Amino acid sequence: MLTATVFIPAAAALFILLFVKDDRHIRWTALAATTAVLVLGLIVWAGIDLDASEPQWVERHTWLSALKVQYFLGVDGLSAPLLALTGLLGVGAVLVSGGVTNRVKEFFIWLLLLETGILGVFVSLDLLLFFLFWEVELIPMYMLITIWGSGRKEYSAMKFLLYTAGSSALMLAGFLVIFFSTGTFDMIELRDTPFTTALLTAEGVFFLLLAAFAVKLPVWPFHTWLPDAHTDAPTAASVMLAGVMLKMGGYAILRLNVSLFPEVTANWAWLLATLAVVNVLYGAVMVFRQRDIKRLIAYSSVSHMGFVLLGVASLHHIGLTGAALQMFTHGTITGLLFMLAGYVYEKAHTRHIPDLGGLAGRMPVLAVAFVAAGFAAVGLPSMSGFVAEVLVFIGSFEAYREATILAIVGVFLSAGYILWTVRRIFFGPEQRRFASISDATLTEAIPLAGMLAAIFIVGIYPALVTDYFDAGLAPIMNILEAAS
Amino acid sequence: MEARDFYLLAPEISMAGIAVLVILADLFIERKSLLAPLATVLLGIPLGFTIVLWGEQDAAFNGFFIVDNYAIFFKLLFIGVAAMAAMASQSAASRFPRFQGEYYALVLFATSGLMLLAATGELLTIYVSLELSTLSAIALVTFFKDERSTEAGAKYLVLSGVSSGLMIYGMAFIFGFTGETELGAIASAVASVDLLAQPGLLIGIVLLVAGFGFKISAFPFQMWVPDVYQGAPTPVTAFLSVASKAAGFALLIRVFYAAFPDLVLDWSMLFAVLAVITMTVGNLTAMFQQDIKRLLAYSAVAHAGYILIGVAAVAARAADGEALGLQGVLFYLGGYAFTNLLAFFVVIAVDHRLRSNEIDDYAGLGKRAPLLAALLAVSLISLTGLPPTVGFWGKLYVFNAAVNADLVWLAVAGGINSTISAYYYLRVVKTMYLSPAESEEPVTAAPTMAAPLLITAAGVLFFGFAPSFLLDFAVSALRGFPV
Repeated sequence: MLTATVFIPAAAALFILLFVKDDRHIRWTALAATTAVLVLGLIVWAGIDLDASEPQWVERHTWLSALKVQYFLGVDGLSAPLLALTGLLGVGAVLVSGGVTNRVKEFFIWLLLLETGILGVFVSLDLLLFFLFWEVELIPMYMLITIWGSGRKEYSAMKFLLYTAGSSALMLAGFLVIFFSTGTFDMIELRDTPFTTALLTAEGVFFLLLAAFAVKLPVWPFHTWLPDAHTDAPTAASVMLAGVMLKMGGYAILRLNVSLFPEVTANWAWLLATLAVVNVLYGAVMVFRQRDIKRLIAYSSVSHMGFVLLGVASLHHIGLTGAALQMFTHGTITGLLFMLAGYVYEKAHTRHIPDLGGLAGRMPVLAVAFVAAGFAAVGLPSMSGFVAEVLVFIGSFEAYREATILAIVGVFLSAGYILWTVRRIFFGPEQRRFASISDATLTEAIPLAGMLAAIFIVGIYPALVTDYFDAGLAPIMNILEAAS
Repeated sequence: MEARDFYLLAPEISMAGIAVLVILADLFIERKSLLAPLATVLLGIPLGFTIVLWGEQDAAFNGFFIVDNYAIFFKLLFIGVAAMAAMASQSAASRFPRFQGEYYALVLFATSGLMLLAATGELLTIYVSLELSTLSAIALVTFFKDERSTEAGAKYLVLSGVSSGLMIYGMAFIFGFTGETELGAIASAVASVDLLAQPGLLIGIVLLVAGFGFKISAFPFQMWVPDVYQGAPTPVTAFLSVASKAAGFALLIRVFYAAFPDLVLDWSMLFAVLAVITMTVGNLTAMFQQDIKRLLAYSAVAHAGYILIGVAAVAARAADGEALGLQGVLFYLGGYAFTNLLAFFVVIAVDHRLRSNEIDDYAGLGKRAPLLAALLAVSLISLTGLPPTVGFWGKLYVFNAAVNADLVWLAVAGGINSTISAYYYLRVVKTMYLSPAESEEPVTAAPTMAAPLLITAAGVLFFGFAPSFLLDFAVSALRGFPV
């Protein structure tokens, strides 16, 4: 089941490469494949048993006996929602790519391969397999940015690649140390295997891994690749990048750093909390200086990922759930925002905010969606962002009172910049040069509606997701409590 | 000297024999394009002899010549590379209509020298085998007889002469202090001596390492690489970059294991430092190359550095009886052979049509030659060390060995170097797929290139998905090693 979920996009990519010539058929094949992934992802999610502490839907085969590497897939409450989220954004990414007319075939091949890489990361329970999927995603993303991007696309693509590849070298070193200290790459087995410090101290490994994940999340000061890559990537790639690839970092911190090195995490939680606050405030302040819509959203992502880190640093089960939920909701909200930014750019031919204005009259649907997404990002009640942020703050308040208060300041800042941005793009006097601009078509509106639905459903009835995160995080909480 | 000795030596003898056969055939065959297939088919004879010997554990000619799986692993590698290089030579060989027979014969002679190198257990035999392979290679490098090719040959001749000189000087020292030339006997002689009290012996070993360093193109003996790689006919470059380098490593490891087993541990740090410098120098200079062959030359230097990581990590063997470092080296060399050959074969195919090796002329190749561009991209991704290619596993295994040997920093340095290398490998990919082409005219590979291209590409991808086949092969090649 999981194998099918992960490899359907790759298989579809191969199929397109070999057999599909016509552009329309390529789009339909990609849409069919991503929809299948979404459906399978939802089935997997629905099939999760909330009372089980072991991973489910497990597939386990020996792959390389010499290195004890297994083909070991499985999901739990933590990863299943993220898997489904990837499926949702995968469909969205295909739907928003209607405007891609250049080298359509290659575009969808890379997009599908990218999805396979991301899906694989969320379901791998073997460290080496995890690393493999983590690396698989590099080349497709590089290609998507460098060929179909805009602006300084080649620079941004290379920067993305070098940051990620360089940091994953550290991760690989960390994994190998873990392997030689414990004799296994198996994440589940590792929870119960004591780590011996013959090669490197636990702190050393913890920071090797953290460095890699901090680049991905991203954590200040490792974030500089993100605004460039997000801004210059084509819409579909931005959606995937912000929507789910950043979550790989947060997911990995929870799954590996926290659950394999609970004592070290507890000792250094203050550092995580500090970095989290820096992220939140730095990201929020930088947002105000941005004039490019996508760059603005990118910095708001930096700010919002700070909440994830703060939730993790709380080491409190509410905080952890909040962090996980923040990843999920940010995936939907930012995915939606990047889609909207892409549409605006396609129609208005500029993303430069001072040049825009008064678009609401011409594109009411986009304006409404943008306002809704903006409110969700601010954390308005009844939308998913609110629940996540509240959970994070409740979780972290006890342990890091000052940090939490500072982070809440970040929420106010985000309310400010979102409203300001909406006003500058959509309101104000109508401009004559946008007189002939059109609103979103029905096909363009479908992914927007889907994302909005996800945002509202989770906002109104968060237990739908949080119950699963709670269950998935329970084993990690047990480990943390046992350690302290 | 017994009959069995000759049986054990049969692969090398038959290799030299078919080289002579090819020259003879050249006298009678009018259509010179038949020579390459002939040489390839004839390679089946030494191949057969080699395979038959798999599993043997023996020494011939009083221990001068060793037959073990380790040697056979390398011999199979060399024969395979020779076959590929011969097949890929046809389009290049059309540029020198005369001496075609000699060309293929020299490839085979060089191969027989390399095969001997992998199997020698004695200093003078090492020297003679080395000269056999190097002199054949020098002649091959000059085959275009244009200015570049001749200059490359001259440079190769002088520098390899110097390194051979250093090496035999070192051998003389070693002989002087131990009174032995057979590796096993040297080991027992060295065991009874306090090395530090014998600086002469140390000098001998250092000089020997210098000679090997030339062959594997490790720092600071990498100077010859770019010019020779650029000037030589590309199939020869491909052959040298893979087979010659593998032979250097085979020899280095054999000599250190068999003659100076204790030193292997002590010198782990030396090899670690050499590894870091070699890969860093290779990667940093590769970034500025405009010629694809020069780029691949510097990349070959960098890869010597990655492989040296495995050599440095052999110390792990002492810890738990595993030979992770050596397995890594063998796996890496095997994977690297497929990868690098593939890259050079694409270069040959493109050069045949465009008459250029400038990276700028690769612009738009993604449109003009979709398959060739894709194959080059695959091999460059494998050289970078990204999945799902064999290059990923090669790096993984040597880094793995390094971590196991308590050299975490070395694995990290290797990882960072891979990241640097991504910059210039992907620049080529970017040029192929992104830069506008000067003309839309399709670039098609010569039909003779089809087989070598597809075989190597299949190797890169197959072992990328199923590395265990190659790894198991490397593991069984190390059974019974060191003798």
